[in-house]
Amino acid sequence: MSGLRGGRPDYGGGIGAFLCAGAVAAVLLGVVLLFALLFMRGAAAFWPRPLTEWRLADGTVRLAEELDERPDGSIRARIGNREFYGLDFLIAGPEEVAARSRPADAVRIERTENGPFFGYLDQAGAETWRLRLPDGRPVELPAAQVLRVSYPNRLGWFGRVGAWFAGVGRFIVEEPRNANQEGGVWPALVGTSLLVILMSLLVVPFGVLAAVYLNEYARDTWFVRLVRVAVNNLAGVPSIVYGVFGLGFLIYGVGGAIDRAFFAADLPRPTFGAGGVLWAAVTMALLTVPVVVVATEEGLRAVPRERREAALALGATRWEMLRHVILPGARPGILTGAILAVSRAAGEVAPLMLTGVVGFARELPIDGDFPYLHLQERFMHLGFHIYAVGFQAPNVEAAEPLVYATAALLLALVLALNLTAIRLRARVRKRLEGR
Amino acid sequence: MNSASASPASSLGGIAADAASRRPRLAAGDAPVIRVRDLDFFYGSTQALWGVELDIRRGEVLALIGPSGCGKSTFLRTLNRMNDTIPGTRAEGHVLLDEVDVNSPDVDVVELRRRVGMVFQRPNPFPMSIYDNVAFGPRLHGRARRAELDELVERCLKGAALWDEVHDRLKASALALSGGQQQRLCIARALANEPEVLLLDEPASALDPNSTAKIEDLIFELRGRYTIVIVTHNMQQAARVSDRTAFFLKGRLVESGPTEEMFTNPTRLETEQYITGRFG
Ligand SMILES: Nc1ncnc2c1ncn2[C@@H]1O[C@H](COP(=O)(O)OP(=O)(O)O)[C@@H](O)[C@H]1O
Ligand SMILES: [Mg+2]
Repeated sequence: MSGLRGGRPDYGGGIGAFLCAGAVAAVLLGVVLLFALLFMRGAAAFWPRPLTEWRLADGTVRLAEELDERPDGSIRARIGNREFYGLDFLIAGPEEVAARSRPADAVRIERTENGPFFGYLDQAGAETWRLRLPDGRPVELPAAQVLRVSYPNRLGWFGRVGAWFAGVGRFIVEEPRNANQEGGVWPALVGTSLLVILMSLLVVPFGVLAAVYLNEYARDTWFVRLVRVAVNNLAGVPSIVYGVFGLGFLIYGVGGAIDRAFFAADLPRPTFGAGGVLWAAVTMALLTVPVVVVATEEGLRAVPRERREAALALGATRWEMLRHVILPGARPGILTGAILAVSRAAGEVAPLMLTGVVGFARELPIDGDFPYLHLQERFMHLGFHIYAVGFQAPNVEAAEPLVYATAALLLALVLALNLTAIRLRARVRKRLEGR
Repeated sequence: MNSASASPASSLGGIAADAASRRPRLAAGDAPVIRVRDLDFFYGSTQALWGVELDIRRGEVLALIGPSGCGKSTFLRTLNRMNDTIPGTRAEGHVLLDEVDVNSPDVDVVELRRRVGMVFQRPNPFPMSIYDNVAFGPRLHGRARRAELDELVERCLKGAALWDEVHDRLKASALALSGGQQQRLCIARALANEPEVLLLDEPASALDPNSTAKIEDLIFELRGRYTIVIVTHNMQQAARVSDRTAFFLKGRLVESGPTEEMFTNPTRLETEQYITGRFG
């Protein structure tokens, strides 16, 4: 009896548990940091900042949107009026700014060109607006260039929250302007959604049929085993390789043949022989078909053997058994595959760069003109937009907040898609189990 | 024979005699609906049945008993060719359903399985509503008229003694039923095909005693209207529900005969040893 007492004190914990818990904590921290950074930086892009009048030691006057303070005490600020100063941004040390104040009638004007204007508004004419620069110099602006006028220093707390929501709304529903550095991401959002929808329409039926063939019809021969190994390993092929395939086979091969057969009149201008949303979707479907096949096969295997036998014993043919008993029972597995495919496709950029994504598309691939869906059109994509805005825009510093905002939106989109699909799967499961 | 082993045998005989006395005699009890002649069965190169000869009479309840692994399920599944679904299997000999050999190549397996229904050991309802489960077979066989189906579903659920428990939730999922209810639903589902023969492979072995009793009552009810072949490892159950019993051992049919006789007065030593619990 006494041997039972006085056991090891660390029975419930010990070094193993500590290490494992530590790893979990590190992973969690990483995820939380990623989300926090993206969403906070993204949200900050729309927070209306006050305009501070800087009187600099050299006598110049600027209106500054103060962005961040550096460790040495200097402040980075946006000063606007690019056509007059040449620079959008200014970094000033504490000794360089002789005086700071917040003039209530400082105005911020968003325009179609040259970034925002910071200054004072004298007269808003029908043809031209008469304005003053922060130092009082009068200037004129064609009225047609004016997009929006605000007085950030007059905003109360509620006003700012309202302005923030309005800013987020415009970001989502507006077209980009000024080489993507301003405006919204609507075309990229539409392009991403269309791509994901097209891809799902392709990948789910094909993946499910392939899984059904492998799992239900194919005998266990070396060929089938080879196919299965190939399918499993397709998932590990670098995604840019799929892009090369899409370009070489789909666009030049298949698309070229379609053009010669049906659009010969337009040649040499390509119709389907160039990158477009259809070829991008087919490439993405190829990229994601392994996960659908694997998940569906798992779902099929989860259907109990007795249930198959019961269907056959009632006189069902193999196809009827599949159609009415097995596939409905495998729906959670199929949905799992679709979820994985969609989240992968929504975030993957590399293959798109070879198959039709562009940084700025004049037209949406879906619109009100017959035939409404233009599968051969090039398109914009949130993932590529992040790259295009962040690294290809002429003024990277001005575009930086939009990079975070776009990334946050992409993340939110993928999360929303996942959550929807997971809830759908839970509902299907519940219905299947009858609870 | 020693006296210790005599008592279980005679008590089983008593159960069988008692059950027989409560059963009406079958009118057409002697015409065989299935005749099995010289049946061998192979899983690949392993032989599982050896020269089985057995008549199954119209309207009777035939119990198949024998130790685990002796080929009862294999035999049962040769009757509706369910073994076809296992690759590499082969049957030799004859299984004649109304004088037609079910293994001949021109037999329509779908129609065979409609006429010879089957219920398995573990309840296996489909993941759909109670109604759709019962209507599954009739829909496959092209009986999709709504009113006709409604009437058939009700009749089969009543036939399987389940109607009173589920009539107000026919649209609910079948998976929400208890195990015993699920098994009766599977019987109703098999009945909906209006089979002539019903094969039951240990239908109560996964159920609690209460549900088992209900299944046994049900078999008693169905007797005479369907020909029933039931595999069971439970001697009392065989004694209670069956008219005749067939004893299998190591892939061979040792003997068959009226249940009461088998349990009181078996002709073969192995049979006696088995039913008195000496092995198996
Ligand atoms: N699918 C199968 N493949 C190979 N052998 C099998 C298979 N099913 C059953 N057997 C073998 O056939 C013999 C009879 O099995 P079975 O008919 O299931 O016995 P019982 O139902 O009487 O317990 C056993 O030896 C078993 O191992
Ligand atoms: Mg068995």
